[in-house]
Amino acid sequence: MISLSNISKTYNKGQITALKHISFSVDHGELFGLIGPDGAGKTTLFRILTTLLFADEGDATVNGFDVVHDYKQIRNCVGYMPGKFSLYQDLTVEENLNFFATIFGTTIRENYALVKDIYQQIEPFKNRMAGKLSGGMKQKLGLCCALIHKPDVLFLDEPTTGVDVVSRREFWEMLARLKKQGITIVVSTPYMDEANRCDRIALMQKGVVLSIDDPANMIKDFPQKLYAIKASNSFQLLQDVRNYSGVDSCFAFGDALHVTFRDSSDQNMMAYLYTKAYTDVSMEIITPSIEDCFIHLLKD
Amino acid sequence: MRSLFFLLEKESRQLLRNKQLIRVLIIAPIIQLILMPLAANYSVKNISIAVVDHDRSTLSQRFISKITASGYFKLTAYVNTYSEALAVLEKDRADLAIQIPANFEKNLVRENVQKIYIAINAIEGTKANLGGAYLGSIITDFNSEIRAAWPLGGVVEPIPQITIASSNWYNPLMNYNLYIVPAILVTLVTAMGMMQSAFSIVREKESGTIEQINVTPIKKHIFILGKLLPFMVLALVIFTLGLCIAWLLYHVTPVGSLLVLYASLIIYLFAVLGLGLLISTYSATQQQAMSLSFFFINIFNMMSGVFNSVDSMPQWAKNIVETFPPSHFIKIMRMVVLKGSGFSDISYHLVVIVLIGLVFNTWAVLNYRKTV
Repeated sequence: MISLSNISKTYNKGQITALKHISFSVDHGELFGLIGPDGAGKTTLFRILTTLLFADEGDATVNGFDVVHDYKQIRNCVGYMPGKFSLYQDLTVEENLNFFATIFGTTIRENYALVKDIYQQIEPFKNRMAGKLSGGMKQKLGLCCALIHKPDVLFLDEPTTGVDVVSRREFWEMLARLKKQGITIVVSTPYMDEANRCDRIALMQKGVVLSIDDPANMIKDFPQKLYAIKASNSFQLLQDVRNYSGVDSCFAFGDALHVTFRDSSDQNMMAYLYTKAYTDVSMEIITPSIEDCFIHLLKD
Repeated sequence: MRSLFFLLEKESRQLLRNKQLIRVLIIAPIIQLILMPLAANYSVKNISIAVVDHDRSTLSQRFISKITASGYFKLTAYVNTYSEALAVLEKDRADLAIQIPANFEKNLVRENVQKIYIAINAIEGTKANLGGAYLGSIITDFNSEIRAAWPLGGVVEPIPQITIASSNWYNPLMNYNLYIVPAILVTLVTAMGMMQSAFSIVREKESGTIEQINVTPIKKHIFILGKLLPFMVLALVIFTLGLCIAWLLYHVTPVGSLLVLYASLIIYLFAVLGLGLLISTYSATQQQAMSLSFFFINIFNMMSGVFNSVDSMPQWAKNIVETFPPSHFIKIMRMVVLKGSGFSDISYHLVVIVLIGLVFNTWAVLNYRKTV
C-alpha cells in the first residue's frame, strides 16, 4: 500500500538531516505506527508521503502512486491530519466538515457511515466554532474532516499529543474500528505506551528507523533479562546501581529502575545492594515494554 | 468551478463573521475621505507677517492694509526695528517679515523709485514660496495702482504689456477637491485591496490550515481566485461609498460614464489584488506581509501623482512610476471624473494596468507552490 525506499531529506542546505535512507513498506489495511521522540523525523516523513514536501533522494509510493509524479492521484485518495490543528477556527464544526467534503467533490451524507461513530460525539456542538472546541473534540473533528472523502490511506501526525488520557483511549478505539473498514492507517506518536495498539511499529530516532516489527515480537526479541529494582531512596539507588560493575544499562522508570546486566552478574546484585544498607530494596524480572526496547536500541 | 463556489462561500462567511474587520474596512475609508482632502489643500492661507514700518506714512498704511486685505496674510507683529522682526521670525510667530524704509512715501513721490525688503522663513517650503509669490503680485498691483492715482511727472507713458488670459479647462474654478478627492479615493481602495489580499493567504499559512488545503485536490488558481473575489467585491463597495461621499460632501460627480469608471476599477483591482497575492506568497507571517505592503503603499501614495505632478520628476523616476498601477488609475479617474473620457481616451492606461496585472498574478501563481 505504501512503500518507501531509501528516502532521505535534509533541511537548511544539508545542515540538518531529517531523514536518513528510510525504507519500509506498509500493507493494505494495516495500522502502522511511527514511534519516536520529537525531532525523530516523523512529520517530515508524513509530509513527503502526503506530497507536501519533496525528498532529496529515494522513491516512495502511496496506493501505487508515485509521490512526485502522481501527486494529484495521491491527494484524491489520502486523508491527512497534521500535528497542528489545521481546521478553520472561525467556521463551525458542521461548516468545516461540509467544506472539506465539498472540495473533495463529495457530501457529508454520502460518506456519513464512515464518520458516523466519531461525528456523533461532536454533533451536539455542530454549531460551535471549531476554535472553541476542547483538545479532544478538535482531534475528533480533524479526523472526521480527514475521513469525509473516504480515503484509502489515512495519515495521522501525532493525533493524541496534548489530548487527555480518556480521549486518547477513545481515539485509538476509533482507529481500530476504521482499520476494520479496510482503511490503511499510518499514525505517529511520541507515546511509547500507544505502540501496542498498532499492528506494526517503526521506532525512529534522529531520522533513522531503529527497528520495524510487530510490538509483541519486538518485546519478545528483547535480548536480555530485564529487572525492576525498587527502593524508597530511589536517587541514591540509581547512583549505586550505576556504580555496580556488572550493570549494562540502568534507567529510572517511574518509581523503579529498569536494569539489564552483563553476563551473569545479576546473581550478586541483591548482595551488593544489602552491603549498601538498603532495607526495603526489591528486585524482580519484568517483561520489557516498547520503551525498554527503544532505549535498548538507542544504546546500540 | 463548483469548488470555486464552495471556496467563495467559505471565504465570505469567514469575512462576514469578522465583524470588527468589516467595520474598520468600511468606516476607515469614509473618515479618511472626509479628512484627507482638507489637509491636502494647496491654496495657502493665514500666512503670518511681521511689519517694520520706518515710514509710518499714509502710503505705507495703505500698502499694509492692501496686504492684509488680500486674505492670504494676517498681521501678527508690528515692530519698530528689523532685528525685532527677525526675532519674531525666529520664534516662528511670523512666516514673513516686511521692512518699509523711512521716507517710503516721500522717495516714491519724488524719485519714483522705492524698495521694500522682505525676509521669508523658508522652513515650510510651500508656504514660504507661495507667500513670497503672493506678496510679489500684491506689490505689482500696488505699483500700478499708484501709477494710475498719481500721474507722476505729468505725462503717463503707456507701458507696452502682454497680458495673459488663461482659462482652466475641465476645472474652471480650480476647485481643488475636484482634483484631489478622486485620487484619494484611489489610494484608499488600493491600500485596502492590497493589504487584505496579502493577508488572506498568509493567515492560512499562520493558522496551518494551508497544510490541510494543500493535500486536497483543489487547483491552486481556483484557491487563489476564491481568495481574491471577496476582496474585489469589498473594494467595489468601498469605491461606491467613496463616490457617494465625493458627491454629497464635495459635490464631485463624474462627468464621464460610470460604466467606464467601474470597468476600469475592476481591471485595476485585478492588478492591485495580484500584487497583494504576490506579497503573500513571499511572506510567512502577517507581520511580514504587513511590512511589505506598507512599503508599497507608501511609495504608491507619494509617487503616483496624488499630490504632485509626476511630470516634474526626473526621467528615471518617471520610468519607475510608469510601472505603478495606481499612477495609471489615478490618471484614468481624473480623466473620467473631470473630462468625461471614454474607453478610447484611457486605453493606453488600461493596457498598461492589464499588463502589470498579468505579471503580478502570473508571478504569484507560479510562486505559490502547494509543496512548501
